[in-house]
Amino acid sequence: MTRRPTLLFWVGFFVILALLIVAPFALPEFWRRFLTEILIWGLLAMSSDILIGYTGMVSFGHSAFFGLGMYGAAAALLTTRPPSLWVAFVYGLLAAAVVAAFVAYFSTRLRDIYFAITTLIFSQIFYVIIFTWTEVTGGENGLTFSRPALAIPGLFSLPFTTLTLYWFVLAVLTVSYLVLRRITHSPFGMVLQSIRENEARTRAIGYPVERYKIVAVMLSGLFAGLAGVLYAIQNRFAAPDFVFFLVSGETVIYNVMGGIGTLVGPIVGAAAFLLLREALSRFLTEFYLIPVGIIFIAMVIFMPQGLLGFARRWLNR
Amino acid sequence: MLEQILIQTINGIVVGMILALVASGLTLIFGIMDVVNFAHGEFLMLGAYAGVIALAGTGSFWLALVIASLVVAALGAAIHVTTLRPLLGRDPLNTILATFGVSLVLQNYALWQFGPVPRKIEEPITGYFGLFYLEYPWYRLMIAVLSAAIIAALWLFLKYSTYGVWIRATTQDRVMAQAMGIPVPRVLTIVFAIGSGMAAASGVLFGPLVGVNHAMGLDWVLKAFIVVVVGGMGNLGGSIAAAIFISLMESYASLWVSPAQAIIVSFVVLILTLLIRPTGLFVPTPK
Amino acid sequence: MSAADHSEPLVRVEDIHTYYGKSHILHGVSLEVRRGEIVGLLGRNGVGKSTTLKAIMGLVHPTRGAVLLEGKSVGHLPAHRLARLGIGYVPEDRRIFRLLTVAENLRTGLDGRGVSEARKKELLDMVFDYFPVLAERRSQAGGTLSGGEQQMLAIARAMMLEPKIILLDEPTEGLMPRMVSQIRHIIHVLRREGVAVLLVEQNVPLTLETSERVYFMEKGAVRHHAPASELHADHEVVHKYLGV
Repeated sequence: MTRRPTLLFWVGFFVILALLIVAPFALPEFWRRFLTEILIWGLLAMSSDILIGYTGMVSFGHSAFFGLGMYGAAAALLTTRPPSLWVAFVYGLLAAAVVAAFVAYFSTRLRDIYFAITTLIFSQIFYVIIFTWTEVTGGENGLTFSRPALAIPGLFSLPFTTLTLYWFVLAVLTVSYLVLRRITHSPFGMVLQSIRENEARTRAIGYPVERYKIVAVMLSGLFAGLAGVLYAIQNRFAAPDFVFFLVSGETVIYNVMGGIGTLVGPIVGAAAFLLLREALSRFLTEFYLIPVGIIFIAMVIFMPQGLLGFARRWLNR
Repeated sequence: MLEQILIQTINGIVVGMILALVASGLTLIFGIMDVVNFAHGEFLMLGAYAGVIALAGTGSFWLALVIASLVVAALGAAIHVTTLRPLLGRDPLNTILATFGVSLVLQNYALWQFGPVPRKIEEPITGYFGLFYLEYPWYRLMIAVLSAAIIAALWLFLKYSTYGVWIRATTQDRVMAQAMGIPVPRVLTIVFAIGSGMAAASGVLFGPLVGVNHAMGLDWVLKAFIVVVVGGMGNLGGSIAAAIFISLMESYASLWVSPAQAIIVSFVVLILTLLIRPTGLFVPTPK
Repeated sequence: MSAADHSEPLVRVEDIHTYYGKSHILHGVSLEVRRGEIVGLLGRNGVGKSTTLKAIMGLVHPTRGAVLLEGKSVGHLPAHRLARLGIGYVPEDRRIFRLLTVAENLRTGLDGRGVSEARKKELLDMVFDYFPVLAERRSQAGGTLSGGEQQMLAIARAMMLEPKIILLDEPTEGLMPRMVSQIRHIIHVLRREGVAVLLVEQNVPLTLETSERVYFMEKGAVRHHAPASELHADHEVVHKYLGV
C-alpha cells in the first residue's frame, strides 16, 4: 500500500538536488573530487541500508559487493577494446550479483549475529582470494586502468572531466535513490520491514522469509556493486584494500551515524564521517581515527537513531 | 614425508592451542553476554605491547605475561563499564557497533603510541630439541602447554569458584540469575575482563613467534570468529576442539600451498559447517 | 515498632503501567500484600498477572506508578538488588539452572553476600528438611529432576534467601494432581515461617483455600478484590473473571 509522497518531501528533494548540482561551481578541484567520493560512499551506505534499516539484517559483507563491482569494472576496462563505460557497468554489476547470490545462499538462513559474522567472514574470503590470486587480480598492488569516456558508440564520446564525472555520479545516485525509494514503498518493501519488526510473525503469516531475504541481499549487493563501479571509474584503480572487512565496518558506521531506515540518512552519515575525518586529519595529522572512533562510540550509546533518525517517519512517507 | 607431517601436526597443535586461548575468551563473552567482541583482536595486540613494555621493565617473561594479562583485563573491564553496560538491554547490533568502534580506537591508539615498526618479544626459552632431522624449538611446545594450562584454570574457575558459578548461572538464565540476587552487570564486566585478559595472554605468548605490531589483531580476530562459529557459539569445549582442528588442517595445507592461501582451509571448514551443522561442528546434537 | 509501621503493607503496587514495545500491558495495577499474608491473584490467561509479578521483582520497570517495599519506592531498582532486599521469585516454568547441581542452585544466591558458611549450611539443612527429595538429589544436575522436583527446587531456592515475600507464578501448572497438595503444604510452611506470598494461579480451589484475600485482574488492571472467605460462596465473581 503506497501512499502519495507529500509535497514537502518533493520540494525538499529538488532543493537539495539543485544545491548538489551547482555545488561544484563553488568549490576548488580537490573538493569537487572529494564531493564525488562522498556521493559514491553514500551510494554504498544507502545500499547497505536496505539490509540494515529495512530488513533488520546487519551485514558486514558490503566490502565484498563493493570490491567485486570495482574489480568487475576493472576487468571490463582492461579487457575490452575500446574500454566501454557500459560494459564496465555490466561486468561490475554481474560480479557483484554473483557474489551477493553466493553470500545470500549461505548466510540468510542464519539469524542476526551469526549472519553478521558470516558476512564478515565471506568478505575476508574474497579479500584473501583477490589478494593471493596475483595473476588475475594483481594481488596486493591491484589493477590500474584508464577512465572510459561517456560514450554512446556511433553517437558521441565525451571524456569525463572532474565536473562531468561528478554530475554523472550524482545522476546515478539520484536515480538509485528514487528506485530504492520506490522499492521500499512497494509491497515487497513492506514485507521486508515486517521481517525487521517481527520475523516470526511474518513467517507465520505465510511469507517465504528466506526468499525475501535473499532478494534483499541481492538488491543491496547490486547497488553496492554499482558504487564499486563508480569508484573504479573515478579513481582508475582497483585494490584489495577495498574488499577488506574494515570497509564494511565503515559502511555500517555511516549507516548508524546517519540514521538507518531512511535511505538518505546513510548518505548524510557518509558525508559527516568523511568530512569529520578530513577535518581532523588536518589538525591531528595522524591518528585522527581515535577521536572519530570515540565520537562514533558516543553516538552509538547516546544517539542510536543517528543524525536523521528523528526524520525517519517523515522520510518514509 | 612422514616427518614433515608429524612436524606440521605439532605446529598445528601449537598454533591451535593459542587460537583456542583467543577463541575461548571470545566464545565466553559471546555465550554469556551475547556480545560479539570485535575488539578482541585488539586486546591481543595490546597484550603483546604490554608484554613488550613489561618485559623491558622487569626483564622477566613470566612477570610480563602476568602483568600484561592483568593490565588488559582491567582495560577490558573499564571498556565494558563505559561503553557496553549502557547498551545492556538494547538491540545486539549496538554492541557489535560499539566494539567495532573500540577496535578502531585501540588500533589507532597503538599506532600512535608505538609507531608502525614492529617490536619483538624475546622468547624466554631458547634452545631446541631434536625432532627427526629438525631442531624443534622448546618455546613452541611451552606455548601449547601454557595455553592449555590457562584454559584449564579457566575451567576450574568456572566450575568451583563463586564467580564461576555465578557466570554459569547467568549464562543459563540471565533473568533468573538476577532474581536470585546475582549482580549480573558485575558478572558481565568480569567475564569481559577475563576474556580480554586471555586474549592479552595469547598476545604475549605468540609475540615471540611474529612481530608485535598494531595490526596483528586483525588476523586473529577473523580466525577466532571462524573457530567460534565452527565450534558452536558459547561452547567452550567446542571452540577448543575447533581451534585445534582448523589449525591442524591449515598446517597440513601449508605443506602444499603458501600460508596466505592456507587460510582458505578455515573458510572451507566454515562453509561446510554452515551447510551441514550450523549450530557447530563439535556441538552434540541438541536434544 | 509503632502501630503505624504495622499498617504499612510489605509490598504495595500503585497504579503501575508497563509496556512491551508498543503494547500497553498493565493499565494501572494496584494491590498490596501485608507481612506474612497469603494473597491470591486470579484472572484469565494474558491479563497481566505474570507481568505484575515481574514488575514487583524488578524484571520489568513500570513507566508510570510506583512499587513500594516497606514503604520505600523500589520500582527503579534492578532485580538483583530487590532479591537482596527480600523479594523472592518463583516463575512460571520454574526456570531452575538446568546445568547446575541442586546444591549449586540452592547456594548460588547466598554466595558473595557475606553469609557465613555455617549459616549457609543451616539454611540448606532447613530446606532439605522441608524437601527431602532435594537432599537425595543434591549432586544431580537440575535438568535431570522431574517437573514436580524442579518446582520444589525453584521454591526452595527462593526460600534460601530468607525472603520477606515470595512471588509464586502458577506453581501447580504442569504438575500432576497429587502434587497440588504438596504445593498447598509448602504454602502453609511459608505462612508458618512468616513469609508473605503473592500467588498467581489457575487452580481456583487451591487459591481460595490458601489465600486470605484475592485480587481479580482483567485486561491489565485489578478489577475486584475480596477476602477469600466471601468467595467460597460467591461463584459468580469467579465465573466472571475466569470464565470457568
